[in-house]
Amino acid sequence: MSKLRISVSPHIHSPVTTQRIMLDMIIALLPALIAGTVIFGLRALAVTAVCAAVCVLSEFIFNKICKKELTINDLSAVVTGLLLALSLPVNVPLWQAAVGSAFSIIVVKCLFGGIGQNFANPAITGRVFMLVTFGSLANAAYPEIVDTAAGATPLVTLSQGGSVEITDLLLGLRGGAIGETCTIALILGGIYLLARKVIVPHTPVAFIVTVFLLSFAVTLDAYSALCYTLSGGLFISAIFMATDYSTTPLTKWGKVIFGIGAGALTVLIRFWGVYPEGVSFAILLMNILSPYIDKWTAKKPFGGVAK
Amino acid sequence: MSFLLHGVHLPHRKNTADMEPVRMSAPSKIILPMSMHIGAPAIPCVKAGDHVDVGTPVGTPNGYVSSPIYSSVSGTVKKIEDILLSSGKPCPAVIIESDGLMTPDPNIVPPQVNCYDDFISAVRQSGVVGLGGAGFPTHVKLDVKDISRIQELIINGAECEPYITSDTRTMIDKAHEIENAVSVFEKYLGIKKTIIGIEENKKKAIAKMQEISKRDPRVEVKILPSVYPQGGEKVLVYHTTGKVIPAGKLPLDVGCIVCNCTTMAAVSNFIKTGMPLVTKCITVEGSAVKEPKNVIVPIGTPISDVFEFCGGFSEEPHKILYGGPMMGISVPDTSLPVLKNTNALLAFGKKDAVRPRSTQCIHCGLCVSHCPVNLSPVGIARAYKSGDAEALLKLRVDICMECGCCSYVCPAKRPLVETNKMSKTLLREYMNAQKAKEGAK
Repeated sequence: MSKLRISVSPHIHSPVTTQRIMLDMIIALLPALIAGTVIFGLRALAVTAVCAAVCVLSEFIFNKICKKELTINDLSAVVTGLLLALSLPVNVPLWQAAVGSAFSIIVVKCLFGGIGQNFANPAITGRVFMLVTFGSLANAAYPEIVDTAAGATPLVTLSQGGSVEITDLLLGLRGGAIGETCTIALILGGIYLLARKVIVPHTPVAFIVTVFLLSFAVTLDAYSALCYTLSGGLFISAIFMATDYSTTPLTKWGKVIFGIGAGALTVLIRFWGVYPEGVSFAILLMNILSPYIDKWTAKKPFGGVAK
Repeated sequence: MSFLLHGVHLPHRKNTADMEPVRMSAPSKIILPMSMHIGAPAIPCVKAGDHVDVGTPVGTPNGYVSSPIYSSVSGTVKKIEDILLSSGKPCPAVIIESDGLMTPDPNIVPPQVNCYDDFISAVRQSGVVGLGGAGFPTHVKLDVKDISRIQELIINGAECEPYITSDTRTMIDKAHEIENAVSVFEKYLGIKKTIIGIEENKKKAIAKMQEISKRDPRVEVKILPSVYPQGGEKVLVYHTTGKVIPAGKLPLDVGCIVCNCTTMAAVSNFIKTGMPLVTKCITVEGSAVKEPKNVIVPIGTPISDVFEFCGGFSEEPHKILYGGPMMGISVPDTSLPVLKNTNALLAFGKKDAVRPRSTQCIHCGLCVSHCPVNLSPVGIARAYKSGDAEALLKLRVDICMECGCCSYVCPAKRPLVETNKMSKTLLREYMNAQKAKEGAK
């Protein structure tokens, strides 16, 4: 009896797997997590552990109940948990972090069909859900945690006409969420993802540059435009969330449009909105547009005109 | 040329590139399927008990788009019976028992070639088909009628599939035959410019071909990046001339003739000696092969004999391929023969034969960014799932050349090439139904 297998070509596959991509995401987020722990204390780790654990558990239970294939091995739930935790303030009540995590995974991801099927970024939607649901979080979103920070977050300080130090912004010695403050750690993670070809630079660059240019257009001051760019959750969102596969455009130009759109919305919300920070809302809004951006920017088939 | 088309960087695994081909001894029997080419199968012209020599015709072409088949051994015709090809289709095959002498047919004389018609009929008589793998009868491709349409002859020496080095060896060992073929083509097809496209990882072959271009100013060697699928016809034409072949059109429509280097050498060999295509240089490789090498094999030799000649298997093979790992066809049975368009036989052990499990699409877009012809495999898969033929038409799935880049890069290991193939069928059925509807009106 011949053991020869018959299958359609190709017969070799690249070593890149979903799991490997998610592992790279986790590795890339580690510098930010370490920086957050150093800056905000060990409670940062507790928040992260709760979010990651609840995310994985939620997906596990959902798949079990719905008799679906178990997908926690792909590590994407861990990534969602990490991202959510890193975009929460360190003093968030743990039960709220748990509820937010469960919401991210079950409502935003699993109910839409699981990995790759959701149209909104689970971590961002989870964060926005917490922001609008738990009043305490909205108030605590930018708490006084660092001795060196003068109480308010840089975005609040800036909007009140105060000034901040660029070095503080780069090192992360400022108010904000656990993982969003240390710009250097985030850039490090971004470089790792670029080197591993997990992401392409189009979205983050377009996003960050747009925020800088529009902030400059509003403030007419390069220094404060730079401060705005380095403040809030822009870098973590631009590098790790606006590059999410399932919720952002596929094409290169689509990614650029997404970045510019998210940047413009961010500036709009920051300067004229109710909330001091608008990155999450901006990405969420652009998530909705992504399928259309993909349609508009579809590549022309080689040798054929798309009819 | 403004930019290069996309593709994938594959592991080259051209371990046999420096191995001069070894001639295999006469097999005890050969199996010659009447269909080793695109077009109508040949018709057997021998019967059981007939004596044949090397180069004796055993199958005559059935119509113009067909090709004659010749015995590659001397011996006796045992029988003519249907065999199952790797595609699963039955096909009549002439089975010849070899006498081990390999006596050439005494009737073989070099063809008289004095004009275009002579040339085309000689190519037809040679039994040469597209040896790069496609198997399209070469005389049909070259019979352009109006030779003023041809602006360039492009010789395909890209050999972009991993493992395979048989074309590389042709360029190194049979450079003179390629050179001869070029001058014959120049003479009878009025070729004024020949471009030999080779991937940069074949240094020796490039050097050999550059010697030709030194002697013949009409020949240019174009060194191409080693990116799969460099040897795909449309990709090669674009990268060598900058011309885009429109969907559904042939290279000739943009003034190009594309010919594989081994095909060229085989045509030249026939014109010089009159010996039709009866042997093939193939690369025998893969994790389950004990002694990988390049082997000159009589066409029709059972695959099992070829592996035996290469020291047998180092482990039990779980997958055997005709051709390369990207577009090769898996073989159900080692009793199947080496065909005209076989350029490699690869055997893999269990570890390499197991297809990775496919998981849900994560929408990463790698299939889109790596598609050489700018298609959206993820979009095609979605349209196929919902049975939307209109969408498949818009997505131009008909352009897909099934190169395998999308399936290769997919981190979720989705069966994208399979889906594209099925989508093409769905689209074809839909178009036929539309046509029938139009006709009924």
